[in-house]
Amino acid sequence: MEAASAAVRQKQKRRSGFSAERRLGTAMMAPSLVVMALVAAFPIGYAIWLSLNEYSVRTPGLSRFVGIDNYTEALGDSRFWDAFRATFIFTGISVSIELVLGVAFALAMHQAFRGRAVLRATVLVPWAVLTFGTGLLWRSIFEPNLGFAPSMLSALGLPGGDVLWYGEDGWAMATLIFADVWKTAPFMALLLLAGLQVIPEEVYDAAKVDGATAWQRFTRITLPLLKPAILVALLFRTLDALRVFDLPFALTNGANGTTTLSLHAYNELTKNRLVGEGSALAVLTFVVVMTVSFLYIRFVGGNIRAMAEES
Amino acid sequence: MTSEAARVAGAPARAGARISQEKRRRDRRNRILLWAAVVAIMVFCLFPFYWLINTSLKTGQDLSTAKIFPPNPSLDNYKSIFEDSNFTTALRNSVIVSGITTALALVIGSFAGYALARLRFRGKFIMLAIILSITTFPPIAIAAPLFKFWTDLGIYDTLLGLVPPFLAFTLPLTIYVLASFFKEIPKDLSEAALVDGATHFQAFRKVVMPLAAPGLVTAGLLSFIWAWNEFLLAITLTSSPSARPVPPALAFFTGSQKFEVPLGTITAATVVVTVPLVALVLIFQKRIVAGLTAGAVKG
Repeated sequence: MEAASAAVRQKQKRRSGFSAERRLGTAMMAPSLVVMALVAAFPIGYAIWLSLNEYSVRTPGLSRFVGIDNYTEALGDSRFWDAFRATFIFTGISVSIELVLGVAFALAMHQAFRGRAVLRATVLVPWAVLTFGTGLLWRSIFEPNLGFAPSMLSALGLPGGDVLWYGEDGWAMATLIFADVWKTAPFMALLLLAGLQVIPEEVYDAAKVDGATAWQRFTRITLPLLKPAILVALLFRTLDALRVFDLPFALTNGANGTTTLSLHAYNELTKNRLVGEGSALAVLTFVVVMTVSFLYIRFVGGNIRAMAEES
Repeated sequence: MTSEAARVAGAPARAGARISQEKRRRDRRNRILLWAAVVAIMVFCLFPFYWLINTSLKTGQDLSTAKIFPPNPSLDNYKSIFEDSNFTTALRNSVIVSGITTALALVIGSFAGYALARLRFRGKFIMLAIILSITTFPPIAIAAPLFKFWTDLGIYDTLLGLVPPFLAFTLPLTIYVLASFFKEIPKDLSEAALVDGATHFQAFRKVVMPLAAPGLVTAGLLSFIWAWNEFLLAITLTSSPSARPVPPALAFFTGSQKFEVPLGTITAATVVVTVPLVALVLIFQKRIVAGLTAGAVKG
């Protein structure tokens, strides 16, 4: 009697197993989804609403609907385009340098030699430095009199020794790029090293037997096989660089052509207290990042599909 | 080339010796190149950090010299930041906010990670798309709305107000890392538990979770470091030293005169907040690299 009812229960349980699994799946997703929806997705929707209104500076709480006025104003302002240009120059140059250094570092870390573990640990140090602190660190390097870079350059008689680095157009952007490259090239290298480690050694042995030179092995084997890892690393880094905020804030406070999109929106929102226009700028930053990631994923997606078909 | 070939044909033994000698020379050249590269990478990674420490040990007149070693090394800067209650409060705030964020992210992130890795349910693809798209959100886009909501709710300028947005931004990473760890745990184990009459949730809690401990360490470290680093939301959602975590507190070190940064103390403060992180990262090096590269290879 007891056994029979247990067997029935077991059967019911198995039949309801799939729907129970489904319910559990939804229930386990729910907390994360609620947090992300309430604190990330909903506020972005509200930012769009804020950007369509104009707010009185004198009377708090007083606002009126102005449609896309804030956007036309923001886009008609040369400061937006300056920030746009600065963001893309920063992203383009720093991500390119990071890629080249990242590949070089990864190749070195992939070699077998004594002390490899020490090297792999060392490259994590810049990654572990507080981002805001990285800005301050590079400030101490480029500081006139105190800094290593200007004193070194003037000792060697090279240009740049007598320059107030983060205080002049062009040079200021260079300090920003230095800081970003230092902080994130090692991260790039680690992602690429993981990509190198899955390339089978036999491929290289076969190429060596066929008489391929080291350079040929690099361009014909390493690079093509590393491509998926490179594309992922580039996507991560590009999206981060487009949102850059901490570094210009700490290094230059946006002076001398280093105001990025995020920093420009922040200044309008907090310093100038322009809620409408600031929100429009924040939404525009969001749109720029989303557009780039959409184009990139489409482009990368196509590439990955093509590679899958080839093999 | 032809004379070389003739010589090789004429004296195979000698040529063999020459080739191996040449190979040895090439190997030595490659070794030297490799070591040069290794040294260059180590200098690139460590020297700027050394300069930060160097600056933090200088005081007074030494702060206007670019000496490679501090002429009169002193811990005065460190003493003065630890006497500054704004800094010590910020340190405490950062520990609390990052700790709570990490704990919550691990609990609810492991639920979501398990669901994505192991359970069949509707809308899984959409969930993944949402989680990935959150990682592309620029924090500036939610700064103004959160400022307004938090003011209305009375949690603006409190530690409590920092936790939800930090959580929202660390969750995607946590979920992603944990899901990739859960996938590696053999399915047979949880299936055996199910056959024995355990529910899916019991299988998760009693069988899978204990095995996923390394994954929890990885995800926890990454989320802690993210929260420790966060600057934009921290500076927009706080206005007083009592609620400010470390990064915005460092920004206010600059004080009123923008061009007279107290470099001695500010570099000391940066060293203090960075060294524990560097230590953690070096101790858990393998775990962290595994987490950072999770999925990057498989795409």
